[in-house]
Amino acid sequence: MSGFARHRRSKRIIANFTGFEADLLRSLAAQLVELLRNEAAAPVEHQDPFEAMLDFSGPTSEPDDPVLARLFPTAYPEDEEAASEFRRFTEGSLRDGKADAACVVIDVLEDAGLPPELTGDGLMIDVELDEPTAETWMRSFTDLRLALATRLGVEENDEDYWLSLPDDDPRSQAHDIYDWVGYLQETLIDALTSR
Amino acid sequence: MSAASPVEVEPTSKPDEITFLATPWVTIVWNDPVNLMSYVTFVFQKYFGYDKTKAEKLMMEVHEDGKSVVSTGSREEMERDVQAMHEYGLWATMDKSE
Repeated sequence: MSGFARHRRSKRIIANFTGFEADLLRSLAAQLVELLRNEAAAPVEHQDPFEAMLDFSGPTSEPDDPVLARLFPTAYPEDEEAASEFRRFTEGSLRDGKADAACVVIDVLEDAGLPPELTGDGLMIDVELDEPTAETWMRSFTDLRLALATRLGVEENDEDYWLSLPDDDPRSQAHDIYDWVGYLQETLIDALTSR
Repeated sequence: MSAASPVEVEPTSKPDEITFLATPWVTIVWNDPVNLMSYVTFVFQKYFGYDKTKAEKLMMEVHEDGKSVVSTGSREEMERDVQAMHEYGLWATMDKSE
């Protein structure tokens, strides 16, 4: 596959994926949605179940899950109270925004013909994105890469380490996927910045 | 940290200078091993409206110095900027300007 490109005439951002690639992207995006929607931000301790029911406020402390902690960093590193307030007012909508973006990726792939269950080879999925949708994909690729990198423990200049792993090491395979999403994102940015 | 760069404001939307001087806050973007250089540059251009030269300069500061002050303004403005950076997946924090 050759990543994203801008169509000369229509100016839309286009890419074609094999069924396997499209299915992989959908599965990554779906896992992100699951994490964003289901994983509690931070354990809230309520003595009183009635009080718990009336608590509509957002989370105030950093998420336990390291991926969520990276997606929603602490805004005020040296002021715990201000950091809690900021989180309470922003984390909910940030979560929704990231989940919605991942859902856009899934919807576009399915509208382009990706079946609920992938069967057999030979399926090709052509996607064609207008500019706002392409930017949504670009943001979602960032979230996917941050999630994969956090799970893998990716660090600055660690390419040699990943290359040294045997091919059948699951971390090596996961890192290949991380690299692949990075490649997709790079071509998407190229396409967006070319006129 | 070096002094924040001058804020570029449209003459029509110039903030109250007294408020501005009384509340010098900054948005800081930190280096991370994941985000692509091209992506960080794209975000600085897109969100802040910086030209490519300025966006690339800030991106290189993040990359090489580990962090960069990417905007300056009131506390409320900086909270908006930090939230926007988090929307884009950049690791941003805010602080009082030195």
